[in-house]
Amino acid sequence: MADTKVLHEFVEKLKEEKSEWVTEVIDALGEVTIIVPREAIVDVCWVLKKKHDFDMLADLCGGDRGPEEDPRFEVNYHLFSTTHYNRLRLKVLLTEDEPNVKTVTTVWKTANWHERETYDLLGIIFDNHPDLRRILLPSDFDGHALRKDYPLRGYEPYSLN
Amino acid sequence: MGLENQIFESLPDVITVKLDAVVNWARKSSLWPATFGLACCAIEMMNSVSARNDLSRFGAETFRASPRQADVMIVSGRVSRKMAPVLRRIYDQMPEPKWVISMGACATSGGVFDNYAIVQGVDKVVPVDIYIPGCPPRPEMLVHAIIMLQEKIMKESVKDRRDTFEEESRKSIVPGTLPVTEGTTLEDSARNNPTKPYTVPSKHEKRRSS
Repeated sequence: MADTKVLHEFVEKLKEEKSEWVTEVIDALGEVTIIVPREAIVDVCWVLKKKHDFDMLADLCGGDRGPEEDPRFEVNYHLFSTTHYNRLRLKVLLTEDEPNVKTVTTVWKTANWHERETYDLLGIIFDNHPDLRRILLPSDFDGHALRKDYPLRGYEPYSLN
Repeated sequence: MGLENQIFESLPDVITVKLDAVVNWARKSSLWPATFGLACCAIEMMNSVSARNDLSRFGAETFRASPRQADVMIVSGRVSRKMAPVLRRIYDQMPEPKWVISMGACATSGGVFDNYAIVQGVDKVVPVDIYIPGCPPRPEMLVHAIIMLQEKIMKESVKDRRDTFEEESRKSIVPGTLPVTEGTTLEDSARNNPTKPYTVPSKHEKRRSS
C-alpha cells in the first residue's frame, strides 16, 4: 500500500490555514480524501492550487448515493500536481433539496465541461457557472439520467419505447 | 408477331422494354450507400466492401460521404436519442429514390440497449426497407441484404418514387426528435415545460415543475 504520509502533510497545512475547511479525512487504498464544507470548496481549491501546486484538475465528477440517503449527492474533485506528482481528492456532500455548489471554473478552466456533465447527468447545480447547460444528453431531455430514481427507459412521452 | 417485331423490322436500332424494368435495373445495379457507421456494425460494413467480400460485385461499393450522392442508407449500429434527428436530417438530404437498410439488432429493435438513451428501432425515425438481424451481422448478411434490396427494387414502379417536398418530409419527423438549437439552461426548461406527464415523478421533477 502506498504511503500517504506526504498527502497527510497537505491536510495538515490546510487545517493550519483554516481548521473548519477539513470536515473529515478518509485514508483508504493509498488515497486521501478530504471532505470539505460546501461553502469552502472554492477557497480550498485556490489554496491547494496556488500554495501547494495542485495545478491540474484531473477529474470532477458527481455521485448519487440514492434517494434514501442524506446527504444524497457528492461531488468529487480529483487534483493532481505536475510538479510533485501527488494526487488528492476533495469531496463535497450535497443534500437533495439544495444540490448547489459553487463552480471551480474560476480556479481551473477545465472544470467547465466536467461541471456541465455533472449537472447534465445528476442535476447538481454549480452556482456562477458561465454556461451551465446539458452536454451529453439531448438538450430537450427530461430529468437527470444517472440519478438512482431515474427509470431505465426514461419518462414516457420522451422515450421512443 | 407482336409490336416489338414490327418495330424491330422497321427500326433495328431500337429496343423496346418496360420503362420500369430498365429504370429499376439501372437503380439496383448502382446502389450508392451513404457512409453512416454508428457502432460496431460499421466495422462489418467496412469489411463487406473490402477484398474478401467485395460488395462491388453487386454495384454497391461506392460509399458516399455526402448524402446528396447516396441511394441507400445503411444504419449500422445503435441510434442514440441524440443521433436520431441527425439521422433523419441525413435521410431527408438524400435524393429520391432512396432506401434504408437497418443493420443489426440495435438499429432494428434497440438490441440489448433497452434504455432511455437508445432509440428502440430506427424505423421510428426513418422508413426501413430491409432489416438484418445479428449482433453484429456477418458481412455476408449485409451482402445478402443488398441483393434482397435489389430484388425489391426490381418489383418497384417508377410511379412509386417521387421527390417529396422538404416541408412534407419535415413533418414526418417524430415529435421530440427535432434538434433544439438553443441550449436549455435550468431556468429555460423550467419555464418552457411547466408540466409533463411523468410516469414516475421523482422528488426533483415535482419541485422543478411547481
